[in-house]
Amino acid sequence: MKKITLPLTDEVIRELHAGDSVLLTGTVITGRDAAHKRLYELLEKGEPLPVNIQGEVIYYVGPAPAKPGHAVGPAGPTSSYRMDKYTPALLDRGLKGMIGKGARSEAVVESMKKNGVVYFAAIGGAAALISRSIKKAEILAYEDLGTEAIYRFTVEDFPAIVAIDSYGESVLVTS
Amino acid sequence: MAIRAIKAADITQAVRKLFMDLNYHIGEDILSALQKAQQEESSAVARNVLSQLLENHRIASEEEIPICQDTGMAVLFVEYGEQVVVEDGSFEEAVQEGVCRAYIDGYLRKSVVDDPVFDRCNTKDNTPAIIYTDIVKGDKIRILAGCKGFGSENMSAVKMLTPSAGLEGVKQFVMDTVNHAGPNPCPPIVVGIGIGGTFEKAAMLAKKATLRPIDTHHADKRYAALEDELLTMINATDFGAAGLGGSTTALGVNIETFPTHIAGMPVAVNICCHAARHKETEI
Repeated sequence: MKKITLPLTDEVIRELHAGDSVLLTGTVITGRDAAHKRLYELLEKGEPLPVNIQGEVIYYVGPAPAKPGHAVGPAGPTSSYRMDKYTPALLDRGLKGMIGKGARSEAVVESMKKNGVVYFAAIGGAAALISRSIKKAEILAYEDLGTEAIYRFTVEDFPAIVAIDSYGESVLVTS
Repeated sequence: MAIRAIKAADITQAVRKLFMDLNYHIGEDILSALQKAQQEESSAVARNVLSQLLENHRIASEEEIPICQDTGMAVLFVEYGEQVVVEDGSFEEAVQEGVCRAYIDGYLRKSVVDDPVFDRCNTKDNTPAIIYTDIVKGDKIRILAGCKGFGSENMSAVKMLTPSAGLEGVKQFVMDTVNHAGPNPCPPIVVGIGIGGTFEKAAMLAKKATLRPIDTHHADKRYAALEDELLTMINATDFGAAGLGGSTTALGVNIETFPTHIAGMPVAVNICCHAARHKETEI
């Protein structure tokens, strides 16, 4: 089990290999379908993003509401492929890591190799367990999207597996 | 024929409780299947994933928080006794109110948007629920409820096979759908298969099949054998738990059937994540 401190450096990314189990500590930003669509449309128009994604790790998640006394509700990964259309543009703008579940497109893997990016898989369906490693959640942008808003999560020993590394190697079994 | 009055508020209360319970507490059938898979799995990575899922379900149940952040779209199969009259309201409104109360009071995620293409604005209370009602004899209301997450729903498919495709055609379509889904639908999966009826009937049967306990079989021995055979075939794909390889790609395969047309053999495959959240109640 590798302990990784965020933000990721290029050196750390180079040392991560498909199949490595990791515990992530630091901060990540969140975003899923609706937020990706908005970020992508801004990039297409050449307008500034509401969040600086340079060097960040993005977690594809739409958390459940937090019960009183909890930092966040259950917050497991959502399927990553739905973000594939938007991903290469975000990687070109400096996003260094992604956390989700399931397979990615060839275009995403090529962009990951080009930009030196790592894709982590969290365990789909382990949302209650995963939420224990999220210590703080604050909204950064798109509050109107509710669960789909962009949050900043402070995580401690967040469990994940390197699903696709920056060399394009994958541990996921696909058809 | 004696009329039985049921208060709308009692229906709302029962539905509220159903959706909170099924989101917090994993079914016994799923729990046993996960424990069995954990003991029999040969891949160490997959065993670890299965342990984490079991730990997740323990935490969710203990803390009464959802098993998964995707608390889904609410689906109800209702058997409505024709002697029942709803007092102080309508059945439809009472059910929708119960779903709304469960998702708001129970800290469940609101995942429904009002319009599929243009607006996509969140309805903020997870309504409308999808309600299928059969009018039956009697003076009771029986509700089978489930919440369907879309990670797996998106991996589902319907195909209008024709009679010459036969049993092999059914198997092929199920395996094509499972292979296409691959690691995406949070394996180990539960596969609901509807065969027969019309286009929409097959899909409804497939949905209902995902809500049937996985330790049960189709009443017809030939379909029961097909359930077992497909489970073996799916577990030979090696997608494994979380798509990281291993022999636990599916926990169960349930088939529901219905008579169909001389020219047709519709097949629907509804993929469900391992949690397959479902619960029943009678009012």
